[in-house]
Amino acid sequence: MNKPIRRVAIACLLMFGLLLVNANYLQAIKAEDLRKDSRNSRNFFARYKVDRGSITAGNVTLAESKEVGGEFKYQRNYPHGPLYAHVTGFFGPENAIGVEGAENSMLDGSDSRLAVSRFVDMVTGKPPKGATIEVTINPKAQKAAYNALKASGKKGAVVALDPKTGAILTLVSVPTYDPNQLAPANKAKVNEAYNKLDKDKDKPLLNRALNQAYPPGSTYKVVTAAAFLSDDEGRNAQTQVDAPTSLDLPQTSHNLPNSGGAACGSGQVTLMYALQRSCNTPFAKMGMELGYNKMNEQAKKFGVGEPLSVPAVVDRSDFGPADMTQASLAMSSIGQFSVSMTPLQMAMVAAGIANEGKVMKPYLVKKVVGPDNSEIEATEPSELSEAVTPEVAHELRDMMKAVVSQGTGSAAQIQGVEVAGKTGTAQTEPGRAPHAWFISFAPASDPKVAVAVIVESGSAGTEASGGQTAAPIAREVIKAVVD
Amino acid sequence: MTAPAVEANPVPMTAKRRGTQLFMLTFAVAIVMAAYAIAGLGQDGQVPGDMLTYGLGLGALMAVAYIALAKFAPWADPLLLPLVTVINGLGLVLIWRIDHAGRNGASAPTQLMWTALGIVVFAVTLVVLRDHRVLQRLTYTAGALGLLLLILPLLPFIGKEINGARIWIGIGGFSIQPGEFAKLALVVFFAGYLVAKRDVLALAGRRLLFIDLPRARDLGPVLITWIVSLGVLVLQKDLGSSLLLFGTFIAMLYIATQRTSWVLIGLLLFIGGAYLASKIPAFGHVDARLQVWLNPEDPELYDRELGGSQQLMQGLFAFGTGGILGTGLGVGNPTLIPLSFSDFILAAAGEELGLTGIMAIIMIYALIVERGLRISIAARDPFTKLLAGGLAFILAWQVFIIVGGVTNLIPLTGLVTPFMSQGGSALLSNWILIALLVRMSDTARRPPPQAIQDEGMTQVFQR
Repeated sequence: MNKPIRRVAIACLLMFGLLLVNANYLQAIKAEDLRKDSRNSRNFFARYKVDRGSITAGNVTLAESKEVGGEFKYQRNYPHGPLYAHVTGFFGPENAIGVEGAENSMLDGSDSRLAVSRFVDMVTGKPPKGATIEVTINPKAQKAAYNALKASGKKGAVVALDPKTGAILTLVSVPTYDPNQLAPANKAKVNEAYNKLDKDKDKPLLNRALNQAYPPGSTYKVVTAAAFLSDDEGRNAQTQVDAPTSLDLPQTSHNLPNSGGAACGSGQVTLMYALQRSCNTPFAKMGMELGYNKMNEQAKKFGVGEPLSVPAVVDRSDFGPADMTQASLAMSSIGQFSVSMTPLQMAMVAAGIANEGKVMKPYLVKKVVGPDNSEIEATEPSELSEAVTPEVAHELRDMMKAVVSQGTGSAAQIQGVEVAGKTGTAQTEPGRAPHAWFISFAPASDPKVAVAVIVESGSAGTEASGGQTAAPIAREVIKAVVD
Repeated sequence: MTAPAVEANPVPMTAKRRGTQLFMLTFAVAIVMAAYAIAGLGQDGQVPGDMLTYGLGLGALMAVAYIALAKFAPWADPLLLPLVTVINGLGLVLIWRIDHAGRNGASAPTQLMWTALGIVVFAVTLVVLRDHRVLQRLTYTAGALGLLLLILPLLPFIGKEINGARIWIGIGGFSIQPGEFAKLALVVFFAGYLVAKRDVLALAGRRLLFIDLPRARDLGPVLITWIVSLGVLVLQKDLGSSLLLFGTFIAMLYIATQRTSWVLIGLLLFIGGAYLASKIPAFGHVDARLQVWLNPEDPELYDRELGGSQQLMQGLFAFGTGGILGTGLGVGNPTLIPLSFSDFILAAAGEELGLTGIMAIIMIYALIVERGLRISIAARDPFTKLLAGGLAFILAWQVFIIVGGVTNLIPLTGLVTPFMSQGGSALLSNWILIALLVRMSDTARRPPPQAIQDEGMTQVFQR
């Protein structure tokens, strides 16, 4: 009987072998998927076990972990509620966005760069703690931007950059939400709150500053002017350009008029005057003459199309497809048709001109401080691209100064501070109110802040224009930074 | 070339290896106590206060078992008892840990009491059953007893249905699973029956194509066992036990007859039976289990109220979370696993001890089975061979069904994880199973009376 017993033994060996192989498959290969499955409520428990680091801006705490005791040890608290919602994002039972999401491994202490402190905690028996993230936000400017935009009762976004470093000083998107609603350790409650926000037609969860691209309207004329000036060294702000009352668009029956059908000077004006008055025809003509490649190239030099994360991922801006007709190119050159820019991108345009033509890479995280107060990481400002030469930048600056001092952007004037800017009023669809834009930087001689403001259509009256609606908001932000 | 001066002993003496046994047993108790200390540290940040009491208690119990074994089965296999001690102990620690986390239904004190009782029953079995061959004389008694035990839960008044399976009887305040004991009685019956009938089962028949087919009338007992296990499946809704009994019978039939055709016939019968059962509307759950096995992650199956994959998935999540090294005892969330203290105790082990721990536990089971099969090989009479082989196989088969089930290697069927799951009946019957193996290993390894040397050329060989 030994032979069949041996065979049975082999069968048993096979069975145990299968069990071992399957255990390996389950716990080594498939483990990651199983661990991360949303139905695995261990993630949910683990999320609230950690004493996450805070998110701070200067002396202001934007997000902190509070000990609540009980089954869930810590809960996230956002002392300023909606004000910084689109900066911090939120840390909820199932997901995290914004800085909370992008810097999660630092905040919860699981990052490999925190391994030493984690080890020390383990040896000394202290509960592990995450690192603190210090963001570049200027609380005063953030508050000014938020209040000004909110006071207008309209939807929109404000982005302010430090032109010399790329540090993001304000990041406001309105309407917004209270992240405290999305933080409790209660899936059902949070899901209900989230779904309500998600279904809201005003899209409070959308970070308009980073994730919504709009037609930039006349603010884009600055980019067209940059391409025009860069194309020939002999050109400057005083160069004469054609400025007909109406421009014939080739291969179409349409004509492109100036805003309101008005004449632009005598039909032959300086570049500075054209920008100051925001005439359409000269810039449309410039664009057609420069051609798609040069226009697209200039956009790219300002950072358009570059994948960016600050560390939250930014939507790509775009000049438009290469196969556009001359008529479309004319429209694109004045910021209509297929040009779509995020508010951050337009702030980068202003910042690039302010910083002698150099566009700095935008960033939100200033530094990461370990639980033991040691600095783990600090962001070094880095140059993204050179948009224009310093000479061209100076010409553009002078022209933008004129826009504020004598042109369409007069609402941004500040006593004692030289402000450079450009208004924009972007047509959306026929019959719908336009978007109001304003990009600016100040002080013009030694820029400390570059601001882009957009106020969405539909929320303002039909008369909304960059000069009347957006410029005053930018002024508040500039005042908050410069004072 | 010089011939060795002293001829090798013609019959090699087996060593008793009682020292090894004592050392391994101490080691096993040490592992369990260390696990207990770690579970306490992980959960409360301190070593459990009753550590010393439990350590000494477990040590004392093991000393009783050791003494019984040394006195009444001195030639027994030295590894069986320590191996069983480790898994029984680990199971206890896990149940304590789950009980301590406040899971309803988990009760460490009860399980501890049953463990103590199990060890006592182990010792008593060794003392009372001095020669297991008396069981051969009780073949048909064992068969009748086995059937009776299987039927008990179906009787009115004492039978109870818990978690959808009618496999319990209530006596006083206790719930007993008679099926656990029926398992032992039936293996004894199979062994006795097959020893008597093996020749006719093995030899009669005719060859068709490439397999030897048995005679139709010899199919009788196979069919009866098939009907009984199908009865278990249908009447008690207990697919696991049904599979366990039938599979063991087929394996023993194969050991007895060495005919592959029996295995094929058995497989076909079982698959056919299971298929038929799945067609009965009331037993849609066989079908549901297959679906769950193939697509456990399907949200629709996950959310299904009855016969869904939620239990299984929660177990798999525990395994996944444990990963390679596990969270550590007392640090995971095994309370999230349904039935973490019984059917799914291995998922709790997988979470806290990780792949490393699961592999070790599976290896311990494999070693116990290997020791059992080795006894079967070493045994000198067919009844012992069949009984030892059957008991070893039923253990292996049970581990395969339940561990394979919770790790989704095969469709999940509820069965006890031997020695680990909470439950007194299973613990007692499995300790008796080990006592039987120990008893048989003592007989198998006991050296035969020494042939008298220098008696001329005549040697008597025993086959």
